[in-house]
Amino acid sequence: MMKIGVLALQGDFAEHVNILKRLKVEPVEVRLPQQLKDLQGLIIPGGESTTIGKLAGDFGLLEPLREFGRQHAIWGTCAGAIFLSKDVRRDQPILGLMDILVQRNAFGRQVDSFEADLIIPELKNSPRSEIPFHAIFIRAPIIEKVEADARVLAALPDKRIVAAQQGHFLATSFHPELTNDTRFHEYFLSLVD
Amino acid sequence: MEQQTGTFAVKKGLAQMLKGGVIMDVVTPEHARIAEDAGACAVMALERVPADIRAQGGVARMSDPDLILKIMDAVTIPVMAKCRIGHFVEAQILEAIGVDYVDESEVLTPADEENHINKHLFKIPFVCGCRNLGEALRRIGEGAAMIRTKGEAGTGDVVEAVRHARSVIGEIRRLQTKADEELMAYAKEIGAPHELVKETKDLGRLPVVNFAAGGVATPADAALMMQLGVDGVFVGSGIFKSGDPALRAAAIVKAVTHYKDAAILAEVSKNLGEPMVGRTVANMPEVEKLASRGW
Repeated sequence: MMKIGVLALQGDFAEHVNILKRLKVEPVEVRLPQQLKDLQGLIIPGGESTTIGKLAGDFGLLEPLREFGRQHAIWGTCAGAIFLSKDVRRDQPILGLMDILVQRNAFGRQVDSFEADLIIPELKNSPRSEIPFHAIFIRAPIIEKVEADARVLAALPDKRIVAAQQGHFLATSFHPELTNDTRFHEYFLSLVD
Repeated sequence: MEQQTGTFAVKKGLAQMLKGGVIMDVVTPEHARIAEDAGACAVMALERVPADIRAQGGVARMSDPDLILKIMDAVTIPVMAKCRIGHFVEAQILEAIGVDYVDESEVLTPADEENHINKHLFKIPFVCGCRNLGEALRRIGEGAAMIRTKGEAGTGDVVEAVRHARSVIGEIRRLQTKADEELMAYAKEIGAPHELVKETKDLGRLPVVNFAAGGVATPADAALMMQLGVDGVFVGSGIFKSGDPALRAAAIVKAVTHYKDAAILAEVSKNLGEPMVGRTVANMPEVEKLASRGW
């Protein structure tokens, strides 16, 4: 059975764990570096990126996570996308694995959090490809710029980028783990060797 | 392709992002920065921590919006603020200044002794306190998108937090042994909406995120609440009434992440300096207990 880690320092890791179970994947909660052993991929959940970054530093996870990323697929949702990026325009611990520039809380405060339907062409291999993906944005970041070979997977009607991919790295501003739609998780698993 | 704001999914969703985290009471922008640097996932902005409200007495009200705005400017993490039970105008004011969550809180003096706020009418989410499952589901029925067990705020005594968490979680365990045809009678008994009783039974947990609050003062207290089954922890007076707030705050954050790892809990519990002095709830007259506010 495929073993996929979920970084469990803080945030909605349990929601990702539940979806992985539904997809017949063995989820492993990761809080310490040695727990990355034998994993084939990793999901970094939503939460507070400052909290996740601080705890990753405190427990010696920053370098092991960067090392893990050289070999394995990693997907970050919201705070996880911020943590994966190489630039967030402020001083906080990040992994710097993806060539994306991210703006935190880009839509405003909680009162501006929203739901919207997205057309995501990359999900076209899914049998439900014609159905839009219902995306939930919570104090969400946007991906201001994709660089090098990173590319846009989804954008809002006003062109703001909300999902990107670079090789085996995936970043989404929104939270597929808060819905019952497993297509994004299935797409991520297709990137796992 | 419409964008919808203020939906229950986004209200509940923010609480889901706070899970596994610590929400800290702060009274100044400086405190808020200390909390953020220590790894808090959110802060509660208020003029006085519960221990001082308790000590000073008098009517406790919503904080000055200017203070809350200064705290919002000081940090990038979500900022919560308290309004009085039933005081929907205080809640409207908090919504107008854009706080991320409103705590309709028993720590403040209630404005209505029968009714809580109709929280469905707001675009911002609410968290409410509870002592048992019926109270939790009544608040969710009124629109709360997050629940916290009340404990006894401002005491540094974790006994009531344990009592209330055990009560909610134990009642959910017993609910799961009931047949569906028994749920209406049970809903009547605990004074909760039937559909939420059914949903809780099916989920095996509250339908929204549930934090512990009221009396958490040490990393061990925080980990205790997590092991009892809550999703995260509020720490009120326990941090900024202690000898070294930055150190204690960081230790409690680590304890909530590694709540099952006793070796890490031992490590983070070392040399934290003086905890808040505290006040034993067992010796406290009933009228002084804040948890009995709310209906």
